[in-house]
Amino acid sequence: MSYHDLSTGDVTVAALLILINGAISLMLGLGLERRLFIATVRTVVQLLLLGYVLKWIFGARHWVAIVALMLVMSAIAGISAVRRTEHRYPGVWMSSITAVMASSWIVIVIALTGVISPSAWSSNPAQYAIPLMGMILGNTLNGISLGLDRLSEELTSRRGEVEMRLCLGATRWEAARPFVANAIRTGMVPIINSMMVVGLVSLPGMMTGQILAGAEPMDAVRYQIVIMFLIAAGTALGTTSAVLLGYRRLFNRRHQFLAGSIRRVKS
Amino acid sequence: MTEVASPPLLRAERLRRRADDGTLLLDDVSLAISPGESVAIVGPPGAGKSLLLRSLALLDPIESGEVTLNGVLISDDGVPDFRSHVVYVQQRPMLTEGTVRENLQLPFAFASHREQTFEESSIIEWLKSMGRDSGFLERTIADLSGGESQVVALIRALQLGPQVLLLDEPTSSLDPHTSSQVETLLKRWMSENGKRSMVIVTHNESQATRMSNRCVRLSGGRVVGGSP
Repeated sequence: MSYHDLSTGDVTVAALLILINGAISLMLGLGLERRLFIATVRTVVQLLLLGYVLKWIFGARHWVAIVALMLVMSAIAGISAVRRTEHRYPGVWMSSITAVMASSWIVIVIALTGVISPSAWSSNPAQYAIPLMGMILGNTLNGISLGLDRLSEELTSRRGEVEMRLCLGATRWEAARPFVANAIRTGMVPIINSMMVVGLVSLPGMMTGQILAGAEPMDAVRYQIVIMFLIAAGTALGTTSAVLLGYRRLFNRRHQFLAGSIRRVKS
Repeated sequence: MTEVASPPLLRAERLRRRADDGTLLLDDVSLAISPGESVAIVGPPGAGKSLLLRSLALLDPIESGEVTLNGVLISDDGVPDFRSHVVYVQQRPMLTEGTVRENLQLPFAFASHREQTFEESSIIEWLKSMGRDSGFLERTIADLSGGESQVVALIRALQLGPQVLLLDEPTSSLDPHTSSQVETLLKRWMSENGKRSMVIVTHNESQATRMSNRCVRLSGGRVVGGSP
Protein backbone atom coordinates (compact mmCIF):
# COMPACT_ATOMS: atom_id res chain seq x y z
CA MET A 1 0.00 0.00 0.00
CA SER A 2 1.21 3.53 -0.67
CA TYR A 3 -0.18 6.94 0.14
CA HIS A 4 0.91 10.56 0.10
CA ASP A 5 1.95 11.96 3.50
CA LEU A 6 0.10 15.18 4.36
CA SER A 7 2.32 17.96 5.65
CA THR A 8 1.27 20.49 8.31
CA GLY A 9 0.95 22.99 5.44
CA ASP A 10 -1.52 20.71 3.62
CA VAL A 11 -3.65 20.45 6.77
CA THR A 12 -3.53 24.21 7.21
CA VAL A 13 -4.86 24.76 3.69
CA ALA A 14 -7.76 22.42 4.47
CA ALA A 15 -8.41 24.30 7.71
CA LEU A 16 -8.79 27.51 5.71
CA LEU A 17 -11.87 25.95 4.09
CA ILE A 18 -13.62 26.43 7.40
CA LEU A 19 -13.48 30.16 6.62
CA ILE A 20 -16.25 29.45 4.08
CA ASN A 21 -18.49 28.30 6.92
CA GLY A 22 -17.55 31.35 8.94
CA ALA A 23 -18.30 33.69 6.02
CA ILE A 24 -21.73 32.11 5.48
CA SER A 25 -22.50 32.42 9.17
CA LEU A 26 -21.49 36.08 9.19
CA MET A 27 -23.32 37.01 6.00
CA LEU A 28 -26.57 35.36 7.00
CA GLY A 29 -26.29 36.27 10.68
CA LEU A 30 -26.43 32.61 11.77
CA GLY A 31 -24.50 33.34 14.97
CA LEU A 32 -22.48 30.16 14.54
CA GLU A 33 -18.98 31.74 14.51
CA ARG A 34 -18.12 30.96 18.12
CA ARG A 35 -19.38 27.38 17.92
CA LEU A 36 -17.61 26.93 14.60
CA PHE A 37 -14.34 28.15 16.07
CA ILE A 38 -14.63 25.86 19.09
CA ALA A 39 -15.61 22.92 16.88
CA THR A 40 -12.61 23.54 14.60
CA VAL A 41 -10.19 23.72 17.52
CA ARG A 42 -11.73 20.62 19.11
CA THR A 43 -11.47 18.66 15.85
CA VAL A 44 -7.77 19.41 15.62
CA VAL A 45 -6.96 18.94 19.31
CA GLN A 46 -9.04 15.78 19.83
CA LEU A 47 -7.73 14.07 16.70
CA LEU A 48 -4.11 15.06 17.44
CA LEU A 49 -4.47 13.67 20.97
CA LEU A 50 -5.98 10.49 19.59
CA GLY A 51 -3.09 10.30 17.12
CA TYR A 52 -0.54 10.50 19.95
CA VAL A 53 -2.43 7.93 22.04
CA LEU A 54 -2.70 5.53 19.09
CA LYS A 55 0.96 6.06 18.24
CA TRP A 56 1.90 5.18 21.80
CA ILE A 57 -0.38 2.14 21.93
CA PHE A 58 0.76 0.90 18.52
CA GLY A 59 4.31 1.23 19.77
CA ALA A 60 3.69 -0.39 23.16
CA ARG A 61 1.77 -3.33 21.59
CA HIS A 62 0.57 -4.36 25.05
CA TRP A 63 -2.94 -5.83 25.34
CA VAL A 64 -3.55 -4.09 28.70
CA ALA A 65 -3.11 -0.67 27.08
CA ILE A 66 -5.37 -1.64 24.18
CA VAL A 67 -8.13 -2.99 26.46
CA ALA A 68 -7.82 0.06 28.74
CA LEU A 69 -8.25 2.46 25.82
CA MET A 70 -11.23 0.49 24.53
CA LEU A 71 -12.82 0.56 28.00
CA VAL A 72 -12.37 4.32 28.19
CA MET A 73 -13.81 4.70 24.69
CA SER A 74 -16.87 2.60 25.64
CA ALA A 75 -17.46 4.54 28.87
CA ILE A 76 -17.24 7.88 27.02
CA ALA A 77 -19.67 6.55 24.39
CA GLY A 78 -22.12 5.53 27.14
CA ILE A 79 -21.93 8.96 28.75
CA SER A 80 -22.19 10.78 25.42
CA ALA A 81 -25.30 8.80 24.49
CA VAL A 82 -27.11 10.12 27.57
CA ARG A 83 -25.77 13.67 27.17
CA ARG A 84 -27.40 13.85 23.77
CA THR A 85 -30.84 13.03 25.21
CA GLU A 86 -33.35 15.53 26.58
CA HIS A 87 -34.57 13.31 29.44
CA ARG A 88 -32.98 11.91 32.56
CA TYR A 89 -34.10 9.38 35.13
CA PRO A 90 -32.26 7.67 37.99
CA GLY A 91 -29.92 5.03 36.61
CA VAL A 92 -29.91 6.28 33.02
CA TRP A 93 -26.13 6.77 32.97
CA MET A 94 -25.42 3.27 34.25
CA SER A 95 -27.98 1.78 31.84
CA SER A 96 -26.33 3.51 28.90
CA ILE A 97 -22.75 2.62 29.87
CA THR A 98 -23.75 -1.01 30.54
CA ALA A 99 -25.57 -1.23 27.21
CA VAL A 100 -22.62 0.25 25.27
CA MET A 101 -20.10 -1.98 27.02
CA ALA A 102 -22.11 -5.17 26.57
CA SER A 103 -23.00 -4.61 22.91
CA SER A 104 -19.69 -3.26 21.64
CA TRP A 105 -17.56 -5.85 23.41
CA ILE A 106 -19.72 -8.75 22.22
CA VAL A 107 -19.49 -7.50 18.63
CA ILE A 108 -15.77 -6.73 18.73
CA VAL A 109 -14.98 -10.17 20.16
CA ILE A 110 -17.03 -11.82 17.40
CA ALA A 111 -15.28 -9.62 14.81
CA LEU A 112 -11.78 -10.42 16.05
CA THR A 113 -12.34 -14.13 16.52
CA GLY A 114 -14.94 -15.16 13.94
CA VAL A 115 -14.64 -12.62 11.11
CA ILE A 116 -11.06 -11.38 10.96
CA SER A 117 -8.64 -14.24 11.52
CA PRO A 118 -6.49 -13.76 14.66
CA SER A 119 -3.42 -14.56 12.53
CA ALA A 120 -4.07 -11.29 10.67
CA TRP A 121 -4.05 -9.08 13.74
CA SER A 122 -2.05 -10.96 16.37
CA SER A 123 1.16 -9.08 15.51
CA ASN A 124 -0.54 -5.69 16.00
CA PRO A 125 -4.00 -6.07 17.60
CA ALA A 126 -4.46 -2.32 18.11
CA GLN A 127 -4.42 -1.71 14.35
CA TYR A 128 -7.67 -3.67 14.01
CA ALA A 129 -9.31 -3.55 17.43
CA ILE A 130 -9.29 0.21 18.01
CA PRO A 131 -10.59 1.46 14.64
CA LEU A 132 -13.28 -1.23 14.60
CA MET A 133 -14.28 -0.39 18.16
CA GLY A 134 -14.42 3.31 17.30
CA MET A 135 -16.78 2.73 14.39
CA ILE A 136 -19.03 0.36 16.35
CA LEU A 137 -19.19 2.76 19.31
CA GLY A 138 -19.95 5.83 17.20
CA ASN A 139 -23.03 4.21 15.71
CA THR A 140 -24.12 2.36 18.84
CA LEU A 141 -24.14 5.54 20.92
CA ASN A 142 -26.28 7.20 18.27
CA GLY A 143 -28.81 4.35 18.40
CA ILE A 144 -28.83 4.35 22.21
CA SER A 145 -29.39 8.09 22.51
CA LEU A 146 -32.23 8.01 19.95
CA GLY A 147 -33.79 4.99 21.63
CA LEU A 148 -33.55 6.35 25.18
CA ASP A 149 -34.92 9.73 24.17
CA ARG A 150 -37.84 8.18 22.33
CA LEU A 151 -38.62 5.89 25.28
CA SER A 152 -38.75 8.77 27.79
CA GLU A 153 -40.58 11.06 25.38
CA GLU A 154 -43.28 8.52 24.54
CA LEU A 155 -43.78 7.33 28.09
CA THR A 156 -44.09 10.92 29.29
CA SER A 157 -46.35 12.24 26.56
CA ARG A 158 -48.51 9.10 26.55
CA ARG A 159 -48.54 8.53 30.29
CA GLY A 160 -52.35 8.30 30.31
CA GLU A 161 -52.26 5.46 27.81
CA VAL A 162 -49.58 3.59 29.76
CA GLU A 163 -51.61 3.90 32.96
CA MET A 164 -54.83 2.94 31.15
CA ARG A 165 -53.19 -0.36 30.21
CA LEU A 166 -52.01 -0.92 33.79
CA CYS A 167 -55.50 -0.06 35.09
CA LEU A 168 -57.02 -2.72 32.84
CA GLY A 169 -54.80 -5.44 34.32
CA ALA A 170 -51.74 -5.26 32.05
CA THR A 171 -48.40 -6.30 33.48
CA ARG A 172 -45.68 -3.66 33.35
CA TRP A 173 -44.29 -5.36 30.24
CA GLU A 174 -47.69 -5.48 28.53
CA ALA A 175 -48.20 -1.80 29.35
CA ALA A 176 -44.77 -0.68 28.17
CA ARG A 177 -44.25 -2.99 25.22
CA PRO A 178 -45.59 -0.75 22.40
CA PHE A 179 -43.46 2.14 23.65
CA VAL A 180 -40.37 -0.03 24.15
CA ALA A 181 -40.80 -1.38 20.61
CA ASN A 182 -41.12 2.15 19.17
CA ALA A 183 -37.98 3.25 21.02
CA ILE A 184 -35.92 0.31 19.76
CA ARG A 185 -37.23 0.87 16.23
CA THR A 186 -36.22 4.54 16.39
CA GLY A 187 -32.69 3.61 17.48
CA MET A 188 -32.26 1.06 14.71
CA VAL A 189 -33.71 3.00 11.77
CA PRO A 190 -30.64 5.20 11.00
CA ILE A 191 -28.29 2.27 10.51
CA ILE A 192 -30.86 0.43 8.36
CA ASN A 193 -31.26 3.60 6.28
CA SER A 194 -27.47 3.85 5.94
CA MET A 195 -27.32 0.25 4.74
CA MET A 196 -29.98 1.06 2.13
CA VAL A 197 -27.96 3.83 0.48
CA VAL A 198 -24.37 2.88 1.24
CA GLY A 199 -22.33 3.11 -1.93
CA LEU A 200 -25.15 4.84 -3.84
CA VAL A 201 -25.26 8.30 -2.33
CA SER A 202 -22.27 8.11 -0.01
CA LEU A 203 -18.87 6.50 0.05
CA PRO A 204 -18.27 5.27 3.58
CA GLY A 205 -15.35 6.81 5.46
CA MET A 206 -13.50 3.64 6.23
CA MET A 207 -13.63 2.39 2.66
CA THR A 208 -12.55 5.76 1.34
CA GLY A 209 -9.68 5.78 3.82
CA GLN A 210 -8.49 2.35 2.76
CA ILE A 211 -8.65 3.28 -0.92
CA LEU A 212 -6.71 6.50 -0.22
CA ALA A 213 -4.16 4.39 1.63
CA GLY A 214 -3.67 2.30 -1.50
CA ALA A 215 -5.91 -0.72 -0.86
CA GLU A 216 -7.55 -2.56 -3.73
CA PRO A 217 -11.15 -1.27 -4.07
CA MET A 218 -12.64 -4.78 -3.75
CA ASP A 219 -10.62 -5.40 -0.56
CA ALA A 220 -11.86 -2.09 0.84
CA VAL A 221 -15.43 -2.97 -0.12
CA ARG A 222 -15.23 -6.31 1.69
CA TYR A 223 -14.03 -4.56 4.83
CA GLN A 224 -16.82 -2.01 4.49
CA ILE A 225 -19.48 -4.73 4.18
CA VAL A 226 -18.13 -6.39 7.31
CA ILE A 227 -18.06 -3.14 9.25
CA MET A 228 -21.64 -2.28 8.21
CA PHE A 229 -22.85 -5.58 9.64
CA LEU A 230 -20.79 -5.15 12.82
CA ILE A 231 -22.23 -1.66 13.27
CA ALA A 232 -25.77 -2.91 12.63
CA ALA A 233 -25.38 -5.69 15.20
CA GLY A 234 -23.78 -3.35 17.76
CA THR A 235 -26.53 -0.78 17.30
CA ALA A 236 -29.29 -3.38 17.63
CA LEU A 237 -27.77 -4.94 20.76
CA GLY A 238 -26.90 -1.58 22.34
CA THR A 239 -30.25 0.08 21.64
CA THR A 240 -32.23 -2.93 22.80
CA SER A 241 -30.23 -3.31 26.03
CA ALA A 242 -30.37 0.40 26.86
CA VAL A 243 -34.12 0.64 26.24
CA LEU A 244 -34.86 -2.54 28.21
CA LEU A 245 -32.70 -1.36 31.11
CA GLY A 246 -34.53 1.97 30.96
CA TYR A 247 -37.87 0.18 31.05
CA ARG A 248 -36.79 -1.73 34.16
CA ARG A 249 -35.88 1.57 35.83
CA LEU A 250 -39.18 3.22 34.94
CA PHE A 251 -41.53 0.42 35.96
CA ASN A 252 -41.13 -1.13 39.40
CA ARG A 253 -41.86 -4.66 40.56
CA ARG A 254 -45.37 -3.64 41.64
CA HIS A 255 -46.19 -2.86 38.02
CA GLN A 256 -46.24 0.87 38.71
CA PHE A 257 -45.05 3.42 36.17
CA LEU A 258 -42.64 5.85 37.85
CA ALA A 259 -43.48 8.79 35.57
CA GLY A 260 -42.33 11.30 38.19
CA SER A 261 -38.75 10.07 37.95
CA ILE A 262 -38.38 11.29 34.33
CA ARG A 263 -36.97 14.79 34.18
CA ARG A 264 -36.62 16.93 31.07
CA VAL A 265 -33.32 18.75 30.62
CA LYS A 266 -32.13 21.17 27.99
CA SER A 267 -30.23 19.34 25.31
CA MET B 1 -79.55 2.22 47.03
CA THR B 2 -79.58 0.50 50.41
CA GLU B 3 -76.98 0.12 53.17
CA VAL B 4 -75.11 -3.14 53.02
CA ALA B 5 -73.29 -4.60 56.02
CA SER B 6 -70.78 -7.27 54.96
CA PRO B 7 -67.06 -7.88 55.53
CA PRO B 8 -64.94 -5.47 53.47
CA LEU B 9 -64.19 -6.42 49.89
CA LEU B 10 -61.55 -3.76 49.42
CA ARG B 11 -59.78 -2.24 52.40
CA ALA B 12 -57.17 0.53 52.58
CA GLU B 13 -55.33 0.87 55.89
CA ARG B 14 -53.53 4.07 56.91
CA LEU B 15 -52.40 5.06 53.41
CA ARG B 16 -49.71 7.70 53.47
CA ARG B 17 -48.16 9.42 50.48
CA ARG B 18 -45.86 12.43 50.15
CA ALA B 19 -44.98 14.82 47.35
CA ASP B 20 -41.33 15.17 46.31
CA ASP B 21 -41.02 18.24 48.56
CA GLY B 22 -42.16 16.25 51.60
CA THR B 23 -45.73 17.60 51.77
CA LEU B 24 -48.20 14.95 52.93
CA LEU B 25 -50.66 14.24 50.11
CA LEU B 26 -52.44 11.39 51.89
CA ASP B 27 -52.26 11.34 55.67
CA ASP B 28 -53.17 7.96 57.19
CA VAL B 29 -56.29 7.51 55.09
CA SER B 30 -58.28 4.33 55.78
CA LEU B 31 -61.28 3.13 53.84
CA ALA B 32 -63.29 -0.09 53.67
CA ILE B 33 -65.67 -0.99 50.87
CA SER B 34 -68.13 -3.85 51.30
CA PRO B 35 -69.66 -5.95 48.52
CA GLY B 36 -72.60 -4.16 46.95
CA GLU B 37 -71.59 -0.74 48.26
CA SER B 38 -71.27 2.49 46.32
CA VAL B 39 -68.98 4.94 48.07
CA ALA B 40 -68.57 8.55 46.98
CA ILE B 41 -65.38 10.45 47.79
CA VAL B 42 -65.95 14.17 47.91
CA GLY B 43 -63.90 17.19 48.90
CA PRO B 44 -62.38 20.40 47.57
CA PRO B 45 -59.82 20.42 44.74
CA GLY B 46 -56.42 19.21 45.99
CA ALA B 47 -57.99 17.24 48.85
CA GLY B 48 -56.35 14.01 47.61
CA LYS B 49 -59.46 12.37 46.14
CA SER B 50 -57.84 11.22 42.90
CA LEU B 51 -54.63 10.25 44.69
CA LEU B 52 -56.65 8.07 47.06
CA LEU B 53 -58.34 6.39 44.11
CA ARG B 54 -54.96 5.84 42.39
CA SER B 55 -53.59 4.38 45.62
CA LEU B 56 -56.57 2.02 45.87
CA ALA B 57 -55.69 0.83 42.34
CA LEU B 58 -52.03 0.43 43.45
CA LEU B 59 -50.99 2.77 40.65
CA ASP B 60 -48.46 4.79 42.66
CA PRO B 61 -45.83 3.84 45.24
CA ILE B 62 -46.98 4.78 48.75
CA GLU B 63 -44.90 5.64 51.79
CA SER B 64 -46.82 3.40 54.17
CA GLY B 65 -50.12 1.62 54.57
CA GLU B 66 -51.65 -1.35 52.83
CA VAL B 67 -54.47 -2.35 50.51
CA THR B 68 -56.21 -5.72 50.76
CA LEU B 69 -58.78 -7.43 48.54
CA ASN B 70 -60.99 -9.95 50.33
CA GLY B 71 -58.61 -9.67 53.29
CA VAL B 72 -55.54 -10.64 51.25
CA LEU B 73 -52.49 -8.41 50.84
CA ILE B 74 -51.47 -7.97 47.23
CA SER B 75 -48.04 -9.40 46.33
CA ASP B 76 -45.92 -7.77 43.61
CA ASP B 77 -46.77 -10.48 41.10
CA GLY B 78 -50.44 -10.31 42.04
CA VAL B 79 -50.88 -6.63 41.14
CA PRO B 80 -52.03 -7.09 37.49
CA ASP B 81 -54.57 -9.70 38.61
CA PHE B 82 -55.72 -7.35 41.40
CA ARG B 83 -56.20 -4.59 38.83
CA SER B 84 -58.31 -6.91 36.70
CA HIS B 85 -60.70 -7.18 39.67
CA VAL B 86 -60.39 -3.59 40.92
CA VAL B 87 -60.57 -1.51 37.76
CA TYR B 88 -59.74 2.18 37.83
CA VAL B 89 -61.30 4.38 35.10
CA GLN B 90 -59.34 7.57 34.52
CA GLN B 91 -60.98 10.98 34.55
CA ARG B 92 -59.93 11.66 30.95
CA PRO B 93 -60.95 8.70 28.79
CA MET B 94 -57.83 7.09 27.35
CA LEU B 95 -58.37 5.30 24.08
CA THR B 96 -55.87 3.98 21.58
CA GLU B 97 -55.94 4.65 17.84
CA GLY B 98 -58.33 2.47 15.87
CA THR B 99 -61.98 1.57 16.19
CA VAL B 100 -64.28 1.28 19.19
CA ARG B 101 -64.22 -2.51 18.76
CA GLU B 102 -60.40 -2.59 18.87
CA ASN B 103 -60.43 -0.54 22.06
CA LEU B 104 -62.97 -2.80 23.70
CA GLN B 105 -60.93 -5.87 22.73
CA LEU B 106 -57.66 -4.41 24.05
CA PRO B 107 -57.81 -5.80 27.64
CA PHE B 108 -58.27 -9.37 26.41
CA ALA B 109 -54.72 -9.27 25.05
CA PHE B 110 -53.44 -9.05 28.64
CA ALA B 111 -52.54 -12.20 30.56
CA SER B 112 -54.82 -11.29 33.47
CA HIS B 113 -57.88 -11.55 31.16
CA ARG B 114 -56.73 -14.61 29.25
CA GLU B 115 -59.68 -16.64 30.56
CA GLN B 116 -62.20 -14.09 29.31
CA THR B 117 -63.43 -13.35 25.81
CA PHE B 118 -64.91 -10.32 24.11
CA GLU B 119 -68.71 -10.75 24.26
CA GLU B 120 -70.11 -8.67 21.46
CA SER B 121 -73.78 -9.39 22.23
CA SER B 122 -73.66 -7.94 25.75
CA ILE B 123 -71.67 -4.94 24.50
CA ILE B 124 -74.33 -4.26 21.84
CA GLU B 125 -77.00 -4.49 24.54
CA TRP B 126 -75.16 -1.89 26.65
CA LEU B 127 -74.73 0.33 23.61
CA LYS B 128 -78.44 0.08 22.80
CA SER B 129 -79.31 1.19 26.32
CA MET B 130 -77.16 4.27 25.61
CA GLY B 131 -78.94 4.95 22.31
CA ARG B 132 -76.19 3.58 20.01
CA ASP B 133 -76.52 0.75 17.51
CA SER B 134 -73.99 -1.97 16.69
CA GLY B 135 -72.45 0.22 13.98
CA PHE B 136 -70.93 2.26 16.82
CA LEU B 137 -68.39 -0.57 17.27
CA GLU B 138 -66.83 0.25 13.90
CA ARG B 139 -66.53 4.01 14.52
CA THR B 140 -62.97 5.30 14.65
CA ILE B 141 -61.83 6.83 17.92
CA ALA B 142 -60.85 10.10 16.25
CA ASP B 143 -64.51 10.64 15.28
CA LEU B 144 -65.93 10.22 18.80
CA SER B 145 -67.12 13.11 20.96
CA GLY B 146 -65.82 13.48 24.53
CA GLY B 147 -68.98 11.88 25.89
CA GLU B 148 -68.79 8.96 23.49
CA SER B 149 -65.14 8.39 24.41
CA GLN B 150 -66.08 8.27 28.08
CA VAL B 151 -68.83 5.75 27.32
CA VAL B 152 -66.33 3.51 25.46
CA ALA B 153 -63.82 3.76 28.32
CA LEU B 154 -66.54 2.83 30.82
CA ILE B 155 -67.89 -0.11 28.83
CA ARG B 156 -64.32 -1.33 28.31
CA ALA B 157 -63.97 -1.51 32.11
CA LEU B 158 -67.47 -2.85 32.83
CA GLN B 159 -67.20 -5.76 30.35
CA LEU B 160 -64.32 -7.16 32.44
CA GLY B 161 -66.74 -7.82 35.29
CA PRO B 162 -64.66 -6.18 38.01
CA GLN B 163 -65.50 -6.66 41.69
CA VAL B 164 -64.79 -3.01 42.38
CA LEU B 165 -65.01 -0.11 39.93
CA LEU B 166 -62.97 2.98 40.78
CA LEU B 167 -64.31 6.04 38.94
CA ASP B 168 -62.49 9.36 38.86
CA GLU B 169 -64.97 12.15 38.05
CA PRO B 170 -66.65 10.03 35.36
CA THR B 171 -69.01 12.77 34.16
CA SER B 172 -67.01 15.94 34.80
CA SER B 173 -66.51 16.74 31.12
CA LEU B 174 -69.87 15.50 29.87
CA ASP B 175 -73.05 17.34 28.94
CA PRO B 176 -76.08 16.77 31.23
CA HIS B 177 -77.73 14.29 28.86
CA THR B 178 -74.63 12.07 28.50
CA SER B 179 -73.96 12.40 32.25
CA SER B 180 -77.40 11.07 32.96
CA GLN B 181 -76.85 8.18 30.49
CA VAL B 182 -73.54 7.31 32.17
CA GLU B 183 -75.15 7.36 35.62
CA THR B 184 -77.92 5.08 34.37
CA LEU B 185 -75.37 2.69 32.86
CA LEU B 186 -73.45 2.53 36.15
CA LYS B 187 -76.58 1.99 38.24
CA ARG B 188 -77.66 -0.76 35.86
CA TRP B 189 -74.25 -2.43 36.13
CA MET B 190 -74.41 -2.29 39.93
CA SER B 191 -77.94 -3.70 40.04
CA GLU B 192 -77.03 -6.68 37.81
CA ASN B 193 -74.99 -8.26 40.59
CA GLY B 194 -75.42 -7.46 44.28
CA LYS B 195 -71.74 -8.12 45.06
CA ARG B 196 -70.33 -5.43 42.80
CA SER B 197 -68.93 -2.30 44.43
CA MET B 198 -68.07 1.13 43.21
CA VAL B 199 -65.99 4.04 44.49
CA ILE B 200 -66.71 7.31 42.75
CA VAL B 201 -64.72 10.49 43.12
CA THR B 202 -66.86 13.53 42.36
CA HIS B 203 -66.94 17.23 43.06
CA ASN B 204 -70.68 17.17 42.43
CA GLU B 205 -72.47 16.73 45.78
CA SER B 206 -75.81 15.89 44.19
CA GLN B 207 -74.16 13.20 42.04
CA ALA B 208 -72.53 11.83 45.21
CA THR B 209 -75.98 11.53 46.77
CA ARG B 210 -77.52 9.97 43.64
CA MET B 211 -74.74 7.48 42.98
CA SER B 212 -73.66 6.32 46.44
CA ASN B 213 -74.99 4.91 49.65
CA ARG B 214 -72.07 6.28 51.65
CA CYS B 215 -69.99 9.38 51.37
CA VAL B 216 -66.40 10.02 52.54
CA ARG B 217 -65.17 13.59 52.74
CA LEU B 218 -61.48 14.39 52.26
CA SER B 219 -59.61 17.61 52.90
CA GLY B 220 -55.86 18.22 52.92
CA GLY B 221 -55.20 14.52 52.42
CA ARG B 222 -57.19 13.49 55.51
CA VAL B 223 -60.62 12.02 56.03
CA VAL B 224 -62.62 14.83 57.62
CA GLY B 225 -66.14 13.51 57.38
CA GLY B 226 -68.45 10.69 56.41
CA SER B 227 -67.89 7.08 57.34
CA PRO B 228 -64.67 5.61 55.93
